[in-house]
Amino acid sequence: MELTYAPELEAYRAEAAGWLHSQLSGSFAHLRGVSDHVTQIPERRAWEAALGQAGWSCVGWPAAFGGRDASIAEQVIFAEEYARAGGPERIGHIGVELAGPTLLAFGDADQKARLLPDIAAGRSIWCQGYSEPNAGSDLAAVRTRAWREGETYRIEGQKIWTSMGAIADWCFVLCRTEPGSVGPKGLSFLLVRMDQPGVTVRPIRQMTGESEFCEVFFDGAIAQADDRVGAEGDGWRVAMGLLAFERGVSTLGQQMRFRTELDEIIALAKANGAARDALIRQRLVTADTGLKVMRLHALRMLSGEPGALGPEALTYKLFWSNWRRDLGELAMAVGGREAELAVAGGGFSPLTHMFLMSRADTIYAGTNEIQRNLIAERGLGLPREARG
Amino acid sequence: MDVSLSEDQRLIGESVRGYLAEHAGPEQLRKAVEDGQAFAPSLWRGLTQDLGLVGLMAPEALGGAGLGARDMALVLEALGERLAPAPFFETAVLALPALLALARPDQVERWAAPLVAGERRACLAFADAQGRPDLDALEAQLTTTPTGWRLDGRSRFVSGLPASDLVLVVARHPDEGLSLLALPLPAAGVTALSVPSLDPTRPMGELAFDAVEVSADDIVGAAGQARKALHDVLATAAALLAAEAVGVAQACLDMTLAYVQERKQFGRTIGSFQAVKHALADMVADIEAARSAALYGVLAIDQGGPDASAAASASLAWCLDAAKRCAGQAIQLHGGVGFTWEHLAHLYFKRAWSNATFLGAPERHREHVAARMGLDATAPSSEPH
Ligand SMILES: Cc1cc2nc3c(=O)[nH]c(=O)nc-3n(C[C@H](O)[C@H](O)[C@H](O)COP(=O)(O)OP(=O)(O)OC[C@H]3O[C@@H](n4cnc5c(N)ncnc54)[C@H](O)[C@@H]3O)c2cc1C
Repeated sequence: MELTYAPELEAYRAEAAGWLHSQLSGSFAHLRGVSDHVTQIPERRAWEAALGQAGWSCVGWPAAFGGRDASIAEQVIFAEEYARAGGPERIGHIGVELAGPTLLAFGDADQKARLLPDIAAGRSIWCQGYSEPNAGSDLAAVRTRAWREGETYRIEGQKIWTSMGAIADWCFVLCRTEPGSVGPKGLSFLLVRMDQPGVTVRPIRQMTGESEFCEVFFDGAIAQADDRVGAEGDGWRVAMGLLAFERGVSTLGQQMRFRTELDEIIALAKANGAARDALIRQRLVTADTGLKVMRLHALRMLSGEPGALGPEALTYKLFWSNWRRDLGELAMAVGGREAELAVAGGGFSPLTHMFLMSRADTIYAGTNEIQRNLIAERGLGLPREARG
Repeated sequence: MDVSLSEDQRLIGESVRGYLAEHAGPEQLRKAVEDGQAFAPSLWRGLTQDLGLVGLMAPEALGGAGLGARDMALVLEALGERLAPAPFFETAVLALPALLALARPDQVERWAAPLVAGERRACLAFADAQGRPDLDALEAQLTTTPTGWRLDGRSRFVSGLPASDLVLVVARHPDEGLSLLALPLPAAGVTALSVPSLDPTRPMGELAFDAVEVSADDIVGAAGQARKALHDVLATAAALLAAEAVGVAQACLDMTLAYVQERKQFGRTIGSFQAVKHALADMVADIEAARSAALYGVLAIDQGGPDASAAASASLAWCLDAAKRCAGQAIQLHGGVGFTWEHLAHLYFKRAWSNATFLGAPERHREHVAARMGLDATAPSSEPH
């Protein structure tokens, strides 16, 4: 089944596809299909800059800040074409998808003017300083503290699992500005430059062998008072508003990537005989249907009333993360022993890498258990969990 | 791209739900089930004469509404939520579309019009000896005679037969191919039996044919020409049964949610236990995914094209499995009372299971999709050792 777009959108699609194709078969051909966030960093920065220069970095943003004022449909089209063209994972995604929209929603005029154009131009790479050793699912337990010194804040504490902490220029940090406060009260949302003496970053090796996430230590690090988003003590509201941006239009681009992965697995199953196994066929069809379900899910979300969190939106994360985890297992079942072999130069084949990475999908951005709590409490109105 | 419901579609859903809330409540369901036919005459009059639902997808010239599968899906979802005791699926989704696809004008007048008007109820006999929708293995056999044809053999697993007065039988002819026969009951040489089965909300029966004389009038359309139309009807039916399964699953969630908010153990409502909350959250996620799957199926059917039948199969397999899981969880989370005859949970459980064989099992439908995806059993392979 094809979902069709208005004819005038096809011109937009052609323009996006044309640009992406020329770049990714030209000077950025070596970045085609790169699916990590840690290799070829200088080239990846150049790619972010190229996207920015051509106005394709943040298509949904206002033109005044480097965007294109693209409609939802246009954003979806760009995301689809980006994935179809084999565009690399974007090292700028935390700025583009999280920090930027948060500034648009909660930032003041000065912050927008100072910070958004750099994100859109691919000049600033961002990371997310939420989790701490003792504040994961229970994010409101963050202990990193900040206090005012004139026109600045001083920051003391530790973040962990900070993706791209080692390459980022900026970090948005959720920290406690009211001494002695507990839980969601007394927190502030500060934007912190990474390149300063008070910030130390230590990469953590992941089960894939790579180090995409890091520990970040703040030891008297400085943030400008102008770089606090929202009022002092109102950081929780900003932090939660940001989490809402983690779903939405970008999911449709993500689905195109999933499509590519599933197509590879199907092709492999045909080629290596795995498709002869009836159970494998059943699983492949279930995966294929699941992806179609995901697409309709996303279209239902985008067709719904703006801002309303329907049950399809509330269940989306749990659905896609379980689907992807199953896909990883299916990749290994289809790949067989061959899939366990390391490839020349270290690491694993893309499908094996995907299998390992998929184990994170059910953890970050709210673990499956936390998602179920949310669905039960917000969606069904069941009693909230007891808190210690 | 916009997949939201139109105002008219919203109204269809609302009016059917409103009507069923009054006329297809738990008491009506229990009573209809006890009488063995799962048929409430007043409900049937309401669905047909008052609401005009049987003809929702039939042409307006015939008194129908000329709408599509997505519209009909809204009706079926609502019927599934209530297990509405009526052979609606059999009449409106299987029999009527088969007639409309094949019948000559005089036959439309004779057979289809009374269905739309609610004057007759019909079912379609399309299953093989094991109840699979395998049109190449049917036991109903047509042979040529000097004056026409004769019908022998049998049709088993005919859902809706006990409440029907018209049967459409798919029969094989050794040379001519598949034909669709319209037989009003009772008919000479035709024995129609009710066969008690797992799901009392969708009773089935069995037909035996003993040298039944068949004339050209009894054959819907031209002899031997039914295959393509039946494939299409069964594909649309698959997409619509998926919608019904979503309704079944939703009702299981609704009753379970209400129960866990009122039942107390250990001094608190059981809905405050995380294991219970998470089970319910999984049901919500399952149902929302099934809703998207069902939507995928009916949109594909309405759009037509070569992939429509595979999309319907994919959608049905997905929704059947979801409904089975949700119905199982409904019993589990009700504890002992969920295991009683008195409670409705078992009726939903049984419907979820019988739906999963009605138009073919999920595994069979996924094999159909696999073939369409170019996955087959003949790829090269080596022995295990
Ligand atoms: C690849 C990856 C990248 C990440 N990137 C970032 C990043 O850039 N920035 C950032 O801030 N964070 C990041 N994270 C951190 C991520 O958000 C946390 O790991 C996640 O929120 C879980 O927190 P935790 O690791 O402390 O686990 P815990 O919260 O300790 O959870 C451990 C287990 O307990 C369960 N559990 C906890 N609470 C409950 C409850 N109430 N009910 C039921 N079960 C419960 C969890 O579901 C989990 O199974 C990343 C994580 C990964 C894996």
